Amino acid sequence: MEKPITLKGRAVVIRDSSGKPIDDVDTDMIFHNRYLHIIDINEMGQYALDNLDDWKDFAKTTKKGDIVFFGANFGSGSSRQQAVDCFTALGVQALVAKSYGAIYKRNAINAGMPIIQSAIIDDKSLIETGDEVEVNLKTGMIKNLSKKKEHSNRGMSKVQMDIYKAGDLFAYAKNL
Amino acid sequence: MGQTVIEKIFSAHSKDEVKPGNIIWLDLDVRSARDFAGANVVGNLRKNYPEKSKFENKEKTVFTFDCVIPANNLGYAENQQTIRVFAEEEGIKLYDSEWGIGSHVLIEDGYSLPGTTTVGTDSHLNIMGCIGAFGQGMGDQDIAFGMKAGKTWFEVPPTMKIIIEGELKAPCSAKDITLAVIRKLTSKGSLGKAIEFEGKAIDNLSLPGRITLSSMVTEMGGIVGFIPPSDEVLKYCKERAKTDFTPQYADEDAKYVEEVVVDISDLRPLIAKPFKPDNVVEVESLEKDNIHVHSGFIGSCTNGRYADMKVAVDMLRDKEVAPKTVLKIVPATRRVLGDMIANNDLQVLFDARTVVSNPGCAGCASGQIGMTGKGEIQVSTGNRNFKGKQGSGMTYLCSPETVTASSIAGKIISPDNL
Repeated sequence: MEKPITLKGRAVVIRDSSGKPIDDVDTDMIFHNRYLHIIDINEMGQYALDNLDDWKDFAKTTKKGDIVFFGANFGSGSSRQQAVDCFTALGVQALVAKSYGAIYKRNAINAGMPIIQSAIIDDKSLIETGDEVEVNLKTGMIKNLSKKKEHSNRGMSKVQMDIYKAGDLFAYAKNL
Repeated sequence: MGQTVIEKIFSAHSKDEVKPGNIIWLDLDVRSARDFAGANVVGNLRKNYPEKSKFENKEKTVFTFDCVIPANNLGYAENQQTIRVFAEEEGIKLYDSEWGIGSHVLIEDGYSLPGTTTVGTDSHLNIMGCIGAFGQGMGDQDIAFGMKAGKTWFEVPPTMKIIIEGELKAPCSAKDITLAVIRKLTSKGSLGKAIEFEGKAIDNLSLPGRITLSSMVTEMGGIVGFIPPSDEVLKYCKERAKTDFTPQYADEDAKYVEEVVVDISDLRPLIAKPFKPDNVVEVESLEKDNIHVHSGFIGSCTNGRYADMKVAVDMLRDKEVAPKTVLKIVPATRRVLGDMIANNDLQVLFDARTVVSNPGCAGCASGQIGMTGKGEIQVSTGNRNFKGKQGSGMTYLCSPETVTASSIAGKIISPDNL
């Protein structure tokens, strides 16, 4: 099945209780090292963000198809693949962050998780949890259908798109 | 528009538009895996590519054992055997337990050459910057893919320039320049960037000194740090080259995101205190504390060349290691060990009461030699001194000169104050 270029879903915006974007969310906050022995992706979702203040209930409150927005340097730290896979397990459609840790970015792209880089989280008038949003992976455009606002960003690169369309890095490699 | 070294190497290895921020497909000249993560690479290949022959360009794929050689625990023994069986089945070159540190072997045996691209499971593979080549450590899935596809995707990093001003004067050596750069940059100073080193002191570095500097770009947070290949480096590589190669130098009008000047005119021997490589102070500033050295370690991919061994040999001739100190010496590769044997250095090191082991990563990788116990103070020529990295002791990082002087004195001391 052809992977969609436009994703529509509910926004979940990772700000703290005072409303500020949370920067430097590292891999221990996303998927704590006490769960590293877990290799079955179906078991990973329940622990997503359970070590992040204000968001410990993320796994319980998120819905399939959500698009999650983060601050700067998201996913810094270790190379654990589970920090990406836990979102896939919950049915999260895409991640949008102001910037990513280098290894996290590689892991997300290799796993076929669509990720976009955008500073939209800085502006509350543009995005809040619960808004209905549409993300165009090719152009990078984020449309907030609830607020009737738009925010342009850089789209996914060709390589990223190729891997995403194939499913993951290994599926992509089969067609080489 | 002019290009930096990484942009020129990438342009020669990609059909995509090479500019900072772009993700490109990068052709890989050398794909390697070591005994750490190598077995996972094999697992990924077997799982995702069950067909018999997995490689088209087998001569570009190499396995190297270096972390724990020979294996001294069951985990490593089994991982190494997994790799041996796979390499045999696929007809892939394996440098088994006698050869030493993989990144060095790839240079010694003419796989990695100026202007080429190398990936592997060693996080210090960006050491290839020492010969003006691109190198990068990656995870086991990435490497399995790279071995199969012969390419990998990579985001073109911006380049910063580090200009070394002044001349290197004894007793300082390349490690002191390296620590001076880390002191200035800190561990985040070149995060996500490529580095180009420049300056007369850089031009004058021999290959071992270049290896030392490039090997610690990881500790500066950088992607890779290039040193323009000198005539000596080009000659060394040419004599060993398995293929043709084209060295790449930056264009005159290349664009840099940042320029940092490090002045070494008044440089004194430096040392990184536990537990961070950027926790750098002058060795002399610690002398008044009379810090007893329980152990010294000379070796690693940072300071394991023959020139580094020779420093110890010359300083230890007709001398002895302090009574309550152990000095462990580990050549990086079998060839370095061969030079030591040929020059009768082992007799000097034996007489000086040091421990000399077979080549490898040793202490840096919890390997066959060089672990520390709680409370143990170690002076090391390695590249990392994180808590728990080399056991539960405390590791100070410094030059072979400072390690040898401190091992003779039994306390941390600058080589010229011995």
